Amino acid sequence: MTAPNHSWRNFKNAFMQTLACVCAILVVAPLLLVFYHLIKEGFTSINWAFFTELPKPVGEVGGGMGNAIVGTFVLLAQAAVIGVPVGVLGGVFLSEYGGTKLNWWIRFAADILNGVPSITWGIVVYALLVVPMHGFSALAGGVVLGMMMIPLVMRTTEEVLQLVPGGYREAALALGIAKWKTIVQIVIRTALKGIVTGVLLALARVAGETAPLLFTALGNEHWTHKLTEPISAMPLQIFAYAISPYDDWHRQAWAGALVLLLLVLSINIGVRFLTRDRFQQKA
Amino acid sequence: MVTDPNNSAAALTVRGLSVFFGERAAVKNVSIDITAKAVTAIIGPSGCGKSTFLRAINRMHELNPDARMEGEIKLFGDDIYSRTVESVTVRRRIGMVFQKSNPFPTMSIFENVTVGLRLNGVRDRKILAERTEQSLRMAALWDEVKDRMNAPAISLSGGQQQRLCIARALAVQPEVLLMDEPASALDPLATAKIEDLIVSLKKDYTIVIVTHNMQQAARASDFTAFFYLGELVEFGPTTKIFTSPAQKRTEDYVTGRFG
Repeated sequence: MTAPNHSWRNFKNAFMQTLACVCAILVVAPLLLVFYHLIKEGFTSINWAFFTELPKPVGEVGGGMGNAIVGTFVLLAQAAVIGVPVGVLGGVFLSEYGGTKLNWWIRFAADILNGVPSITWGIVVYALLVVPMHGFSALAGGVVLGMMMIPLVMRTTEEVLQLVPGGYREAALALGIAKWKTIVQIVIRTALKGIVTGVLLALARVAGETAPLLFTALGNEHWTHKLTEPISAMPLQIFAYAISPYDDWHRQAWAGALVLLLLVLSINIGVRFLTRDRFQQKA
Repeated sequence: MVTDPNNSAAALTVRGLSVFFGERAAVKNVSIDITAKAVTAIIGPSGCGKSTFLRAINRMHELNPDARMEGEIKLFGDDIYSRTVESVTVRRRIGMVFQKSNPFPTMSIFENVTVGLRLNGVRDRKILAERTEQSLRMAALWDEVKDRMNAPAISLSGGQQQRLCIARALAVQPEVLLMDEPASALDPLATAKIEDLIVSLKKDYTIVIVTHNMQQAARASDFTAFFYLGELVEFGPTTKIFTSPAQKRTEDYVTGRFG
């Protein structure tokens, strides 16, 4: 018997390891690239005026997107009012009440909705709200983002409720506690951090949506005082500035993109913070 | 068998109880009288239907949508499966302790003990405090936790958590306490504490305990029922079941020849 030659096997091993490593770097690289560009192009345009002032007309240097920043929060608040209760209660139904067959159809529908292109949502709400109301509005913008949140929140809520051990439900029911009280006081309370995490991630996801807002909120150069008026939002303002031919607006677009990314990033970091706490409690 | 319908000492009278999961019968035509203020042990090999029998007593099997029961169970004369009786009401009168201790992780020790009262509308702090001390004393846990009532329940040891679950079940003042292998996940010392506790509780409560542990049944119970393949094979005073069983299968099981 000759001594076995391992070199070919060692080579294959090293090759696969390098390939996996390169791919892992490719996953992280875009994030770093995006950050690098946004900071390089946008950071110098971020100042106090950027957060507080309205956009300036073409030719005038300066100004900001205060109205778009406020608009994004107004839209997200409306979206949360619609998306959180419906999504969470839908998730509660899936996890705690529904029958196997019905649940299969609801999950199937929710998964399809999660895959619907966001511009489609915009057109639907355009037909449902904008046309009957004879105008673009902040309300329509909030509704479209809220509708997009519902299936996202519903699925994550269902998943975290399913993680609550059945023993807690049984223990509560065996004490003669009514089912709805068991769900609210025991099951939801146990899974609360997970539900909040799901809601925050859904908010982060819709915060950057642009296409559906083009058909609903439209955008606005001024402060919006009524929900029936068109409203600006950061993605809309970034879009408007980015396709303009003016250098100053381009700089504002970069700055807006940076602020929007930081907003989404801070939500994600908040989520990390929440989940870390939960695992500590488990240990 | 003790199946006298006029047995006044019986807390629970079970007649012709069968429980099905889909087509499969897990409990077959069981009739038994559970004596009040005594400990009744249910023994038998895994899958013999003893847990299912226990869960049918406080209608916990109804959580399984495939489950279906036939027969009759009366608690001090009240039909617990009557159409006018809700499962919630039954479970307030018949409490349950599970194999795996399950204190609510989001709640303190105090909140765990009082949860059954609070969620059923008791607000009076004095009553809550009284009932907490009383229940924890009965569960032999008071001295260990009285100075840290607001600590999280999951900071307790495994044996303490199980005694906390017993205190939680006692706090709603049930008439019957069902225990599904309450000590099988605990070390011998914690098990001994639970057994002492069971014996001391029988002066106020009717206790039905499912156990895999022969010694535990022999030590802690007054009556023993042997289940096999969903049927009640033999039921009688514990000493008789363990020393001179009438059935060959019972003898084989309690002497460790099978199961």
